[in-house]
Amino acid sequence: MPLKPRTAISRLPGSYEVNALITVSQTLQAIQDSSAEEVVDKCLERIEGSKYNAIIKVTRDEALEAARNVNGGPLAGVPIAIKDNISTIGMETTCGSRILSGYIPPYDAHVIERLKEAGAIIVGKANMDEFAMGTSTESSCYGPTLNPWETECVPGGSSGGSAATVAAGEVPLALGSDTGGSVRCPASFCGVVGLKPTYGLISRYGLISYANSLEQIGPIASNVEDMTLLFNLIAGHDPRDSTSVPGEKDYTKALVNDVKGLKIGVPKEYFGEGTEPAVERSVWEAVHTLESLGASWKEVVMPHTKYALAAYYVIAMSEASSNLARFDGMRYGLRLEKDHDWHTTYSEIRAAGFGEEVKRRILLGTYALSAGYMDKYYLKALKVRTLVKQDFERALKDTDVLIAPTMPAPAFKLGEKISDPLTLYLADVNTVPINLAGVPSISLPCGFSDGLPIGLQIIGRHFDEETVLRTAYTFEQNTDFHTRSPEVA
Amino acid sequence: MPEESLKLRPYQDETGVMIGLEIHVQLNKLNTKIFCGCSLDYHDDGPNTHTCPVCLGLPGSLPVINRKAVEYSIKVGLALNCSIQEHTQFYRKNYYYPDLPKGFQITQYDYPITSNGNIMIEGEDGEVRIRINRAHMEEDPGRLVHEGGSIERSKYTFIDYNRSGVALLEIVTEPDLRSPKEARRFLDKLRNILEYLDVSDTTLEGSMRVDANISLAGGSRAEVKNISSHKGAERALLFEIVRQKNMLRRGGTVVQETRHFDEARGVTVSLRTKEEAHDYRYFPEADLVPLRVADWGPEIAKTLPELPDARRQRFISTYHITDDHAKSLTSEKKVADFYEKVAGRVDPKLAAVWTADVLKGELNYRDIGIDAFKTEDIVQLVSLLSEDKITEQSGIQIIRTILNEGGSPDNIIEAEGLLKAEGDIVTNAVEEAISENPQPVADYQNGKPEALNFVVGQVMKKTKGRADAKLVRELILQKI
Repeated sequence: MPLKPRTAISRLPGSYEVNALITVSQTLQAIQDSSAEEVVDKCLERIEGSKYNAIIKVTRDEALEAARNVNGGPLAGVPIAIKDNISTIGMETTCGSRILSGYIPPYDAHVIERLKEAGAIIVGKANMDEFAMGTSTESSCYGPTLNPWETECVPGGSSGGSAATVAAGEVPLALGSDTGGSVRCPASFCGVVGLKPTYGLISRYGLISYANSLEQIGPIASNVEDMTLLFNLIAGHDPRDSTSVPGEKDYTKALVNDVKGLKIGVPKEYFGEGTEPAVERSVWEAVHTLESLGASWKEVVMPHTKYALAAYYVIAMSEASSNLARFDGMRYGLRLEKDHDWHTTYSEIRAAGFGEEVKRRILLGTYALSAGYMDKYYLKALKVRTLVKQDFERALKDTDVLIAPTMPAPAFKLGEKISDPLTLYLADVNTVPINLAGVPSISLPCGFSDGLPIGLQIIGRHFDEETVLRTAYTFEQNTDFHTRSPEVA
Repeated sequence: MPEESLKLRPYQDETGVMIGLEIHVQLNKLNTKIFCGCSLDYHDDGPNTHTCPVCLGLPGSLPVINRKAVEYSIKVGLALNCSIQEHTQFYRKNYYYPDLPKGFQITQYDYPITSNGNIMIEGEDGEVRIRINRAHMEEDPGRLVHEGGSIERSKYTFIDYNRSGVALLEIVTEPDLRSPKEARRFLDKLRNILEYLDVSDTTLEGSMRVDANISLAGGSRAEVKNISSHKGAERALLFEIVRQKNMLRRGGTVVQETRHFDEARGVTVSLRTKEEAHDYRYFPEADLVPLRVADWGPEIAKTLPELPDARRQRFISTYHITDDHAKSLTSEKKVADFYEKVAGRVDPKLAAVWTADVLKGELNYRDIGIDAFKTEDIVQLVSLLSEDKITEQSGIQIIRTILNEGGSPDNIIEAEGLLKAEGDIVTNAVEEAISENPQPVADYQNGKPEALNFVVGQVMKKTKGRADAKLVRELILQKI
């Protein structure tokens, strides 16, 4: 696929050191003009001089070495940042947690294998909420990532580092993971594009589990086209993940600037209490933009949305309590000075290694699965999950996509909500139902409020990424929100 | 089914012993572990040499079901007369233990692959039906190796994950067993069936591990964990019956608890009481999708081999051998295969006697398998015996020589001169013996029958044991 720089970007000076979002096509051009090594070196410089704390680990020598040896592929020499919960061989992978400090995976995640085959260069591990639990990237043991649009604000979470590094123009591409909105929320807060694909489309092999029945790896880029290119590379069957679905598709074919006849559903429950007027206005404007391009819209009801948040947290925490049991400091990760009998040693390591939010979720999840409470919480949550799934099936029966705000409000201030977990959980109200249902959903910029980006969420049917991408691409081609970038110091 | 079998099994005495077993069988005849591609052929290799991110439970690794393991489990289920589920699903059993790398074990819970079966065993009072509650699949944890061999005394413990992720089938019986001996017979029968199905090499260390539940009338149930042998199970249960009986007789109460069998001391010791019982927080393993196995059963049923009971019946009807011989010959598949190769070529009854009574005895004495003996050799031996060319005594001598030193019946007979003596030699020897021993002959004639034995013995000595003793006796009587 020929990657032509679009007008908005190409108006910028031909240098690779612009104060703007960088695209894959610009990067490939720069590689052609100089070399992969030089381009990677420039990205590393930006990351090393960055004030956003988006990248928590850089392996400079290895990245330059890989750039020198790059040998073709659609992303030959293109730098990419990887969320720190995706296993990278020889590169410390910590999930933003002290308990995994020093853990160097002896194997690559499936997506990493694919990226390496495609010639991409991994330049760093991106900051994240500890074990992907959070909406602000403030719970990382490496400290918070700052939002490049406004450094007093959070970048969103949990893939805050991945979205912020792209927004800051440090790398053109990044991978995140989305359990309840963890790709879309930071994409929304940082004004970039992020996709939560249909459950089963991208192999989770090598993704360190938080809530395995909900999470998917998701691509992040500064525009729909780049994001699709990345998605296209990493989607597809992997026999090492039993939930991975067979078959491959070429998603770049969905990049068509046309929504004639498209039927849009607008779920009114997604504009609930707490939705900021600027957000509501921007999203409706987006609907009308698409309408003006030939789409039609109607309001749809999704009656179980109000129970989705509670069900999501019960399921996610239950799964987390089990998934995080393996972190005991015995074979890898944190080790304390003195050993006692094994259960005391486990307890001490886990007490010292996990942060507050992680401990909270492990405890709540353990409680929810305990004898006597399982029916009341976990099994009930599974029932709600089925109802939420049915909401989507019904709503998407006679509509092609659903459109809603990604987040009810733009990025909030650092420290503003971290001390109040319940308020923080409420921010996920529009993203978690999508994970419960397993359907695809993209977030892309659709407006600004006081200089902070607003995210538009486009949700589709299971395995119908094409329609979601086509809708997003058409919107993007006819607007210029994606060309705006923060003033990067 | 339950009522019927309970009717079959009244309590034997007022102590009301009830025993249920949980047997963990390693499906070690598979090529790989249950959720990864690691090999199972680790017994002669160093620790942690057959491991990968999946069976080590490394962060980010995911399980993928070994479909052959599912097939084997269904095979066992069918052999145990179980019904196969429509859908089967895996669960997580959450608990902390150093040998469990993920902090949970992937096992089955609500939807075990097979359930509601039964097998017949030789009970204390005839054949009895033992119900199988279920047989479910799970992964084996790693193995703890305590320095110095004992958990109490060791300063440190190694963990070997070679075993981690080996497919296990946990077979759970109803509490239908009534004595330690029955429990042992059940285990032997089960091992026999598994061997016939060729799903497990039960001779390998740790391939069959038993937990036994036992209660007496008026008491609670105690569970004795991790017994590694069938003999151990019998001993542990015998100890438990005495312990619980004494406890009840003294007016104490038997508490519900988990106990450990100390093989060396032959006693069970308390591990934990009910108050500390685990809450395993079972919930579905979302990394493995539910498996529809309804259609697998009929296909697998076609591949089911003839099982021990059927084979025993067939041996009796085809070869007209005794039930005891048939039982002995079918209790080990290799022995049954051996016998079948021989039975078609020589007198099957004689072959049964020589295989079951003589050869098996000699093999057991030396603690070696039937592989150590060639079918060709037993065919020769039985032929010679049928044709009256060698004596029984020589036959036994030939078997022992083969097992001790090697060789074949032919060359042993030649080397040792074991062919039965010809008529003239015997007649001459008889005449010599009579003339050389006038006193014993006179004694016999004077009413001392045992004196004849001495003369017979002299003849045997002269013929180097090749004469038929019965014939010698007759010849002497004719001449005196």
